[in-house]
Amino acid sequence: MGTLASLTAHELAARYRRGEAVPTEAVTEYLARIDALDPQVRAFLTVTREDALRRAAEADARFRSGAPRGPLDGVPIALKDVLCTRGIRSTCGSKILERFVPPYDATVVARLFAAGAILLGKLNMDEFAMGSSTEHSAFFTTHNPWDLARVPGGSSGGAAAAVAADMAALTLGTDTGGSIRQPAAFSGVLGLKPTYGRVSRYGLIAFASSLDQVGPFAKDVEDAALMLQAIAGADPMDSTSIDVPVPDYRAGLAEGIEGLRLGVPAEYFIDGMDPEVERAVRTAIATLEGLGARTEPVSLPHTEYGLAAYYVIAPAEASSNLARYDGVKYGLRAGGARDLIDMYSKTRAAGFGTEVKRRVMLGTYVLSAGYYDAYYGQAQKMRTPGVAFKMGEKEDPLQMYLNDIFTIPVNLAGLPGVSIPGGFTQTGLPIGLQLIGRAFDEALLLRAAHAYQQVTTWHTRKPPLEPAPR
Amino acid sequence: MTRISLEDVEHVARLARLDLSAAEKERMRKELDGILSYIDKLRAIDTSGVEPTAHAVPVTNVMRDDTECPSLPQEDMLANAPDRHGELFRVPKIIEE
Repeated sequence: MGTLASLTAHELAARYRRGEAVPTEAVTEYLARIDALDPQVRAFLTVTREDALRRAAEADARFRSGAPRGPLDGVPIALKDVLCTRGIRSTCGSKILERFVPPYDATVVARLFAAGAILLGKLNMDEFAMGSSTEHSAFFTTHNPWDLARVPGGSSGGAAAAVAADMAALTLGTDTGGSIRQPAAFSGVLGLKPTYGRVSRYGLIAFASSLDQVGPFAKDVEDAALMLQAIAGADPMDSTSIDVPVPDYRAGLAEGIEGLRLGVPAEYFIDGMDPEVERAVRTAIATLEGLGARTEPVSLPHTEYGLAAYYVIAPAEASSNLARYDGVKYGLRAGGARDLIDMYSKTRAAGFGTEVKRRVMLGTYVLSAGYYDAYYGQAQKMRTPGVAFKMGEKEDPLQMYLNDIFTIPVNLAGLPGVSIPGGFTQTGLPIGLQLIGRAFDEALLLRAAHAYQQVTTWHTRKPPLEPAPR
Repeated sequence: MTRISLEDVEHVARLARLDLSAAEKERMRKELDGILSYIDKLRAIDTSGVEPTAHAVPVTNVMRDDTECPSLPQEDMLANAPDRHGELFRVPKIIEE
């Protein structure tokens, strides 16, 4: 295997600028890696080979003429298939959109193309981003590059695995209830969920509109800063994107974290936590203290209720958003219907997988007459910060929901969160470290993550992948 | 305790426009029952006097100037139609004969 694909995006960009490589070489190498490794990893739903080579040739010309567009020019990227790409099918991991070819680019996609980034393809995901493993993809399950017998996490599992396996320099995923941070942790890469409203959702196929947010997967913090720089900022096409100034994310990275106060939530260290994970997180906290940060124990008493509130709000919004899949304007249509309503019902039955049906049913139930106040209204009140309430009896945490318990509160509160590689288990599986920041202060979050990566090497490890023998 | 009946499932499936098989209905009944039992912990919390939060960050009405701008071409918007008739989307009959 060559070497360009193993570089970070900023290292690759530096080679382009020095004239030591051109985008076509990097794109060719990445495509060869996808050919060699993706039959095992299965991160890609669509590979856009011809498009990528055409865009690469255009980028080559820009570098030759001394007029590159910026730090992402010529950088090979890939996108979770929830993002609309003009002329390139966008399935959202669902049979109902299997042949859907969007007539427009999502704003984030348009911005990346304008920055010169080169699309390698579209990435696997749980159907409509509902799931934590890619096992709910209507097409196939993506494998974890660190252990092919395991899942890469989800729902942005393809986006995490592609970066981990050096099959793209950078990718975009989406995070509604942990769908960037959890697969980043499982796959040993960086995953950033920006503040709600920081990045446009126009052209992001909606799951839960008050929670969905687009964010990068990257090999290191500097790369994440470059990607966020390209996609952040208000968009007239998304009136929930917020007009807050976008700082220069890369400029502030090296400022360090001397004197920074870090809260360590007591509720995030629960009974039943994997001891190796706890040890890694405690070690990381000590590392951050060694860099000058002060840590304080804090309490986030809503944590226990976050998951329950999420499982009302997200399905409720999903049931409404997914009402658009009716077999009329685009997507699958089932045959043999008696009338229009029958066509809707048969189409949705044929086009949606089990998990999507379950959430549509749950969402429809909690919004239906007589239950709205008890469930949806109550869950919205639980989102409100600072609610005083009595702690109920401590229930046994559900093992399978553990990850969600730690990622979902960030979505409900709209805050930015980042998962960075924070160690490995004895068996060689990555451990993620989550940092949560203030609203619209991704810069501080990235600065802290960068300081950590300056004194650790977890993020530089590569999974032991070899092309399968023919 | 069972809080969801098969009739509830059928009612909700009708609202959601989902044609479920008998096996799916029974499975859905059990699963929704389990999930709702978990979610029920919310109902025990006193939220009187708390304003609901629809969005975590302040979202207000956004007005734009009332100026013309190009829309997506009609042909592009019809290109994904499962069934079309000229410039129209064609659907099964709605009105009884």
